[in-house]
Amino acid sequence: MKPQSTSARPLLIAALAGVVFAAGLALGGMMDPRKVQGFLDVGGIGSDRWDPSLAFVMGGALLVSLITFARVGTREMSWSGDPIALPTRRDIDGRLFGGAALFGVGWGLSGYCPGPAVASLLIGGLDVACFIGAMAAGMLLARWWQTRAVNSQGADA
Amino acid sequence: MHPYIFSFAGGLLIGAAVWLLLTGLGRVAGISGIMAAAIAQPRAGAWRIAFLAGLIGGGLLFARMFNVPSVTVTSTPLLIVAGLVVGFGTVVSGGCTSGHGVCGLGRRSARSLVATLTFMIAGAATVAVIRAMQ
Repeated sequence: MKPQSTSARPLLIAALAGVVFAAGLALGGMMDPRKVQGFLDVGGIGSDRWDPSLAFVMGGALLVSLITFARVGTREMSWSGDPIALPTRRDIDGRLFGGAALFGVGWGLSGYCPGPAVASLLIGGLDVACFIGAMAAGMLLARWWQTRAVNSQGADA
Repeated sequence: MHPYIFSFAGGLLIGAAVWLLLTGLGRVAGISGIMAAAIAQPRAGAWRIAFLAGLIGGGLLFARMFNVPSVTVTSTPLLIVAGLVVGFGTVVSGGCTSGHGVCGLGRRSARSLVATLTFMIAGAATVAVIRAMQ
């Protein structure tokens, strides 16, 4: 089989990964924004108001992720023939703090982070569609703002 | 069975999706990065569209299977505000719960640890304010 763009296999792998991801979100309760807010409600720790579900989901996901990334260093190519593309950025700057803080505010307010929101598109009605549309707009705005900031500084990337 | 068993099993499945995308395609399963690139350059990577289609279709299928309730926790205008800052913030900081929280911590990246602690604290602070106002 010929690898890369002409083959349907990479698309099937990607689609299957999306389906499995959604299964994990649904089984783990993460498509219910009340459970997410219930976890972030740390003032409720010690009472039955606090919902630790998200910690168990993160624990399970992180366990597999740690093993996956520890082992992936030993292979150079993926099944599709594409190289393993790992993030390279290591900088910890104001944009990392500021962006993550903004994300956290929206996450706490809505109980949605991008994965559960997208997975809820067909069950969440107009409210979730509005959230996803606004999220897409925010993403495009951020990309535009970043390009503009880089251009005005000159080529220092 | 205790409900947290299901939470943990759900987490294992999310981890399995991370493994599949990385081993199969060489890509990191960060949803905000995948979505931002898919809407900014839809022709650049068909795999991103395929992944998002799987996530949306799978979301419908498994929400029905596991009886996920369809609820929102705030008003439509506030959901729009939340969506804007989630989209803007995840692109500026380079990841969300999956990209920084699951994959980044899995790579033992200090940058992702800082991002994850920051959005967790900001999320907890926001919920504390909401609870105080109720």
